[in-house]
Amino acid sequence: MKKKKITIGKIIAGILAIVWLFVTGAPFYFMVASAFKEQFELFTSGVFAMPKGFYLDNLKEVIESNFPSYLLNSLTVVAISLVLILITASFASYPFSRFKFKLNKPLFAVVVAAMAVPIHVTLLPVFQLTQKIGLYDSIAALIGPYVAFNLPISVFILTSFMAEIPNELEESAEIDGCGKFRTFFNIILPLSKPGLATLAIYNSVNMWNEFSFALVLTQSPKSRTLPLSIWEYQGQYQANIPLIMAVLTFSAIPMIIAFAIGQDKLIKGMMAGAVKG
Amino acid sequence: MNAARSLSYNKKRNTAIVSTVFLVPVFFFITVFIIYPIADSFWLSLHEWNGISSNRNFIGLENWKVLLTDSVFYKAFFNNIIIVILSIIIQLPIAMAIAFFLDVGGKKLNILKMIYFLPMLMSSVAVGFLFRYAYDPQFGIISAIDTLFGGEGMVDLLGNTTYAIYAVIAVICWQFIPFYMVYFLAGLSSIPVELYEAAIIDGATRGQYFWKIALPSMKGTIKSAAVLSLVGSLKYFDLIYVMTQGGPNGATELMATYMYKNAFQIMKMGYGSTVASAMFIIITAIALLTLKAINGKEEA
Repeated sequence: MKKKKITIGKIIAGILAIVWLFVTGAPFYFMVASAFKEQFELFTSGVFAMPKGFYLDNLKEVIESNFPSYLLNSLTVVAISLVLILITASFASYPFSRFKFKLNKPLFAVVVAAMAVPIHVTLLPVFQLTQKIGLYDSIAALIGPYVAFNLPISVFILTSFMAEIPNELEESAEIDGCGKFRTFFNIILPLSKPGLATLAIYNSVNMWNEFSFALVLTQSPKSRTLPLSIWEYQGQYQANIPLIMAVLTFSAIPMIIAFAIGQDKLIKGMMAGAVKG
Repeated sequence: MNAARSLSYNKKRNTAIVSTVFLVPVFFFITVFIIYPIADSFWLSLHEWNGISSNRNFIGLENWKVLLTDSVFYKAFFNNIIIVILSIIIQLPIAMAIAFFLDVGGKKLNILKMIYFLPMLMSSVAVGFLFRYAYDPQFGIISAIDTLFGGEGMVDLLGNTTYAIYAVIAVICWQFIPFYMVYFLAGLSSIPVELYEAAIIDGATRGQYFWKIALPSMKGTIKSAAVLSLVGSLKYFDLIYVMTQGGPNGATELMATYMYKNAFQIMKMGYGSTVASAMFIIITAIALLTLKAINGKEEA
């Protein structure tokens, strides 16, 4: 065996890695460390100083504020929208991936084109629509846009996923007298589980962090989601930076947990979602 | 009708029914929340309307005429372009370097990989707030670093009309480099191992492998990353809205923030729609041109 040589390349790579670790880590450290500081402490001790002790009042204050209800709103919106997305996307992907009919390609093209639409073009009309049908300022107002804007990419991914399921399975089911509906529910859907899981995680992260629609379609604390709540704390506790850092830390935790659990699937989803732009 | 014909007829009909039933929901959502709003946006752009009163004034192309001479819109568009260019120039090479480092390092660098990935998990709003305070002149990170190097602190990047846009771009890079890192990592791992082994047996160094083999075989990945960055940069909103609201004095105004301000803050719904529609046209045109340019080159 050759001895491992330390080359200049390796040293440069090592330095780059450490520099990048600092670039990524410093803001996170700033956020979490500040969350444990007293307001006064932040001004007197240095920015990068460790907190003197674990000062938990910020966290307590966040938990005792509206935070839990914002959390619940976010969970509700994401859960309902996600179920709708998964059902609608798997329905649509089935004919797109497995049937030959005249309108297949043009209709699929419409779905693909919808991926590129910037949401800001739709904000104002959707805002008015929501007011007209009386859903404005409710979490229900968010479900429609969330489903619509996550569907195209979901259909796109799931269609290519379903296209890879071998035809033989379907054919033998047909010979055994299975109709299209039963084939879908009993064969295609169960086999699409891994694709659905990827979509579930990817879409959840998207919706969990969504800001523009939540900003425009909701107004009062009772219907605001987590990203909007940060906005509100900022208005209320402008000078209380440790408290705001505590809110930020709290709001990041669910995603970090989701990442820890579904790391592979999240990355797969992001890769697939990359076509969205 | 004989039995065989009716069987195939039945099958066809069955397919048609299933397709219709299964495709209706998706097109319901797309029509109501995407297609109709686009059309409505263009229609609204022909009106003058404050969003409250019941009468909208049809004014034809008046809003579009205003837009064409609106220096704020041009400024916003120009800012979007700066972000596009700098994003691609800064993000992609750094992301590539990190991805190659992680790829060569293999599994033992998994912890680094996870830490590098963290910014991707925060919402743009959270990132925006975090950096608004990190940039704070009194107790922010930048001021702290400045004092560390003997400066006086009190560096106010976001309040400076010249530097604000670059300060914002730095945050955008911080947030999205991890994304392209993962993207390139996947690209690198899809290069066949045999290629690497063959190169090493032939006596290639890692550097030679990177420049002569890895980079050329990732052409497609790099191109799509560039397109992604391009289209994404034209749509930025959340982060900027939270950090600067387009300020100071329009220094970080973007098409999307300008649209939001017109439509929802000063209640010029018609003009807001005009900005939104213009944004739609610009993004669609640039995306199509870029795709065409990229595909065209491939054929040559």
